[in-house]
Amino acid sequence: MKTLRRIIALTIKEFLAIAKDPKSRFVVIGPPLIQFFVFGYAATFDVKHVRYAVFDEDRSPASRALLARFDGSESFRFERALDHEREIPALIDNQEVRMVLRVPSNFGADLAADRAPAIQILVDGRNSNVASIALGYANTIVAEFSARWPRASAGSTVLPMAAVVDRAWYNPNFLSRWYIASALGGVICTVVVMILASLSVAREREFGTFDQLLVAPFSPTEILIGKSIPAFVFGLAIALLLSTAAVWWFDIPFEGSVSALLLILSIYILAIVGIGLFVSSLAMTMQQGLLGSFIAIMPFVILSGFTTPIQSMPDWLQYLTLLNPLRYVTAGLRQIFLEAAALPDVIHQIWPLALIASSTLTVAAWFFRHRTG
Amino acid sequence: MSVTAALDDRRHASVPIRGTDVAKRFSERGKAVVDALRGISLEVGRGEVVGLVGPDGAGKTTLIRCIAGLLRPSAGTISVLGLDAVRDTLAVRSRIGYMPQKFGLYQDLTVQENLDLYADLQGVPVAERPARYARLMKMTNLAPFTRRLAGRLSGGMKQKLGLSCALIKSPELLLLDEPTVGVDPVSRRELWQIVGELVSQDQIGVLVSTAYLDEAERCDRVLVMFDGQVVDRGSPVSFRERLVGHVDQVHCDDQRIARRIHSRACDLSLVADATIRSGRVRIVRATADAAARRTLADTFGVALEPAAPTFEDAFMHMADARRASNEDPGHHPVVGGSASHPVDAGRVVVRVRDLLKRFGDFEAVSGVSFDVCAGEVFGLLGPNGAGKSTTFRMLCGLLAVSGGEVRVAGHDLRKTSARARARLGYMAQQFSLYSQLSVQENLDFFGRAYGLTGRRLRDRVRWAFEHFGLGQRRNAPAGTLPGGYKQRLAMAAAMLHEPDLLFLDEPTSGVDPLARREFWQRINDFAEGGVTVIVTTHFMEEAEYCDRMLIMAHGRPLALGTPAEIRALARDDVHADPSIEDAFVALAEGRARPIDVTAASGDHA
Amino acid sequence: MSRSLLRLRGLLRKEALQIRRDPSSILLALVMPVVLLFLFGYGVSLDAENIPLAIVLQDDSQTGRDLASRFQLSRYFRVSRVTSLAEADELMRRHVVDGIVHLDSDFSGRLAQGNAPVQLLLSGVDSNRARLIQGYVQGVVGSWATQRADRGEPVARSRIQVRQRVWFNEAVRSTNFLVPGLLTLIMTLIGVLLTALVIAREWERGTMEAILATPLRARELLLGKVVPYYLLGLAGLALSVVLGTTVFDVPFRGSFGALFILSSLFLFASLGLGLFISAATRVQFIAAQLSLIGGFLPAFFLSGLLFDLESTPRFVQVVSYAVPARHFVAISHTLFLAGDVPGVLVPGGLILLGMATFFLLMARRRLGLRLDA
Repeated sequence: MKTLRRIIALTIKEFLAIAKDPKSRFVVIGPPLIQFFVFGYAATFDVKHVRYAVFDEDRSPASRALLARFDGSESFRFERALDHEREIPALIDNQEVRMVLRVPSNFGADLAADRAPAIQILVDGRNSNVASIALGYANTIVAEFSARWPRASAGSTVLPMAAVVDRAWYNPNFLSRWYIASALGGVICTVVVMILASLSVAREREFGTFDQLLVAPFSPTEILIGKSIPAFVFGLAIALLLSTAAVWWFDIPFEGSVSALLLILSIYILAIVGIGLFVSSLAMTMQQGLLGSFIAIMPFVILSGFTTPIQSMPDWLQYLTLLNPLRYVTAGLRQIFLEAAALPDVIHQIWPLALIASSTLTVAAWFFRHRTG
Repeated sequence: MSVTAALDDRRHASVPIRGTDVAKRFSERGKAVVDALRGISLEVGRGEVVGLVGPDGAGKTTLIRCIAGLLRPSAGTISVLGLDAVRDTLAVRSRIGYMPQKFGLYQDLTVQENLDLYADLQGVPVAERPARYARLMKMTNLAPFTRRLAGRLSGGMKQKLGLSCALIKSPELLLLDEPTVGVDPVSRRELWQIVGELVSQDQIGVLVSTAYLDEAERCDRVLVMFDGQVVDRGSPVSFRERLVGHVDQVHCDDQRIARRIHSRACDLSLVADATIRSGRVRIVRATADAAARRTLADTFGVALEPAAPTFEDAFMHMADARRASNEDPGHHPVVGGSASHPVDAGRVVVRVRDLLKRFGDFEAVSGVSFDVCAGEVFGLLGPNGAGKSTTFRMLCGLLAVSGGEVRVAGHDLRKTSARARARLGYMAQQFSLYSQLSVQENLDFFGRAYGLTGRRLRDRVRWAFEHFGLGQRRNAPAGTLPGGYKQRLAMAAAMLHEPDLLFLDEPTSGVDPLARREFWQRINDFAEGGVTVIVTTHFMEEAEYCDRMLIMAHGRPLALGTPAEIRALARDDVHADPSIEDAFVALAEGRARPIDVTAASGDHA
Repeated sequence: MSRSLLRLRGLLRKEALQIRRDPSSILLALVMPVVLLFLFGYGVSLDAENIPLAIVLQDDSQTGRDLASRFQLSRYFRVSRVTSLAEADELMRRHVVDGIVHLDSDFSGRLAQGNAPVQLLLSGVDSNRARLIQGYVQGVVGSWATQRADRGEPVARSRIQVRQRVWFNEAVRSTNFLVPGLLTLIMTLIGVLLTALVIAREWERGTMEAILATPLRARELLLGKVVPYYLLGLAGLALSVVLGTTVFDVPFRGSFGALFILSSLFLFASLGLGLFISAATRVQFIAAQLSLIGGFLPAFFLSGLLFDLESTPRFVQVVSYAVPARHFVAISHTLFLAGDVPGVLVPGGLILLGMATFFLLMARRRLGLRLDA
């Protein structure tokens, strides 16, 4: 009973301290909002409006029809037409265009004669991702064109075709914003929870109040719990708020169950609280705490599959990501938002999180006791 | 330029500082306007040491910064060595030496590297450096430590290094901002010796601010500042002379009686100041008339004998007069009466044997043994770095011991459950409450932390409001309180749960003389009420308020005893009536033989 | 030696000693680049190989088996053969495979008629990866068709041949794209974060007050800070270039002279920002927060380092022009992959020069010789 009362007193104090300390208040409000919009708008793998130039040596109806398809595509933006081959290198070098289409002079005639004319597509490979996706789009346009373009001799042999017909589950229009924004709540609350937890002890050390706390009849466990609760509550609030905002502001679908969302976020935040408190027990100043959590957050985010898929990493690194709690929450959130997952569907994300949470909290408690009293 | 003006200028050129109507107003958006200086005029001549005294926040640092050109005065002019401090800032700076409060040293550079840096910045020609360094190192005795990092120096050594850096280019004017805060008495004396030599040899001007009123006696002239104004000025002698007939002292053989007289004297309105010095209660009366003196003698039933006034008496008298005239809100009269604890005198509450603390292979504390009995005020004395804070932290259970034994009320606080700590009160070095939280929120939190709830919590918080005069400011964030109030709040938080044992770590460090007086008065009250108090301090004269004390230096105990016993150590032909500080210096210099401190001494009564 | 040089020497020597003795400087300047390079070099990849793919082959003809074996041979795919579509759906739902290729029982029959569909089912959650898979599947089917046609089998190759070439990054390797961009991040950390921290520290510790009280000129103070951290930034840069070109095999096609000049300009802009932040805040904690939000975040998300800016909304693009990192990322990509292209380097260099001048002047204005600025 006394323990409970002391924990409540400490929790109230922590809430007041965060609410009244402009630095901490800023950490809770400023960066999450900035990150939400920056991530939401700027973190995109969509490829749109690729600027291209055309060197049409043929100028036949067929070549014009092919180029009209490019012009009409959202993925490409026509920049200029060229008259000489020698103009091409400078254009690409100087990044004035990212792609050049070259249609050979016999294009129309060869096409009519079924001699399979070759068009040339040059892309700027400096951004490898844009290059390969733009090439994919261009190939699709050319394939569609060749399928639809009427054959010159209707009577000639119909050549059989094999075409890829695709359909995407969960995200039919391949919007990368769905991919990014569905996991935003988890990623951004990581930053908040980590910083709040890692500053909680460091703040007391810096203001000289920590000794006062240790001399008072608190046990280390009570202090640890009292410090965890506010970080947990703020973290969960931010995560839920941003998840709602993702649906409401960025039009992300929410197909799954709310209880699954609550559970996975809660357990995840506990795991991060543990890591934050661990950093906190090591940091002597708030600045060290901040830098420490920054250094810890970077690999967590990069190796979580948040921006780039884990499957593309080397095997040894993929095994290492199994220790990364953010990996599970990112995957889980995407399942819940986009794949209509309910609680049983994300259970295999939740149990590793629970395991990680219990070990980080234990380690934090151990360090806490050994560094303090 | 006219001839007279040119002549005037030349005459001025020899004057290190001439400030006229200097004012400085700080106004930040969203914050209250603060008038730190309100029309100050001052002059510092060649070969003259001028002291700047006054409580915290009086504007001493602001004034010195304005003279160094670090702040731009809002009004008035400051001429330094004939140059305008604002217009010719850089020229001024190349001719002055300035030592800021934190000494301005790079902690991660060595002594030599710090010297080199300041020599480069001040443009000391390379050829002149060896001789200059040699002189400074000889003066400050730092020669053996030139390769040590500044951060690893003791407080006194840091201060001397800071001074060396300020003196690197034989300045014509030396500005020192509280140069002796937190420095041991030996180092303080050495600093003043160095300054004295410089003044007599090089005829430089010195402006020094200080919180130690006894240091003011060493100045040629003193400016007393309150609230951004110079309220009085003159030589220390002139200040003392004004008080002739105001000061009395009472001889007491018993420490407890002395404390009781002192405590009661403080509450009387006709007493401007009361202190315990060298075992005697000194009383400064507000007026010089003989009737008041008789009243006092009758009140206490003891004989008063006249005493020679000091500058400190004069300062306190001035402060009292100001308080009486405008009820200075910074200082609230202490209302007596705390909960009374039954005193079980002689019961050993704290027992320490052969305490040892090692950091790596450095022995921070070794061979410390003592007992503290119930209801005692026990002092741990020594300069910064003497190991008293380390000892103290081990007592509180904040630091693990490397060897020996510590028992507080029969427990080892580091191992025992939280319940044993519930009977302790703790007040940390510097202000250590939650500065964002309001006064009430702080008190509520600490009350609940110690298990107070409901009615009892409300009652105790109300007690704190009344007893410490905090009621008016219950909703103010603790960080915005004036210095004296912060200290009261910290003490209120420590006393809220009526502890039997109170730990105070440097409670008066960085606190101005007025607040220090008030603080000791409260300690006195609590001790009267039966609370056992353990306190660390580097103010030697505060030891007079303790029943017994342990003096430490370099991690080892130097002497243990009552104030009278300690003073007696230093009594010789030169010092017929030594102070605790004299005793410390004698002990540190090896002139006095330390009391045998290895023997347990719980048997005193 | 003139007085001014003497003062500068003093400051530089002091700074050098402090950097050598301060672990956090070393950590940020030399350890962080290595960590970031390895994280990005191994952890971030936009390429995909060994994509788990389910093939439902309901057409047991020679033709169908031939196409299926094509997928098995591709280095992009790791194929599991399943017999029913339901089984394949289950695999995809459980995230065992990332896509399903379905050849219906009438595949070879319809191939003869000229409209044989190769059905591809994808999970669109990771839209970028989905698009890559789409492209790879099309590539496999296309090359299969071409080879059959070459053997004279009754199948059409596309009526139009596409000859595609990716300039500067022939293998379309994302490491070639990521590592040059990373230099920006590394120099931002040193230039903005580290610089802001060390100067704010001088204010906090009171050493600034002491050196200001000497006859130090503002320009000397500025130089005394810019030069050491500029050199440190160059060291971080050199380390990254060496690691990038050796460990991660990224080509360097430009000249070191151009790299030196342009990265110097970028470093000066970053240093200016860092100096400005620290001079304006004078508190380490706030300086750290501001440099993370004002320096690190834009350098990561608004620079084109990972996410392509041209596909972001218009206003994001407009904002990104104010970010020095954006201009340096373009320069760095060009220097590593394309070579010394004046059309990219000169305008970029001029913009960076302007930004460096602006930020340094701002810093100079805030870094007065008085405490009340």
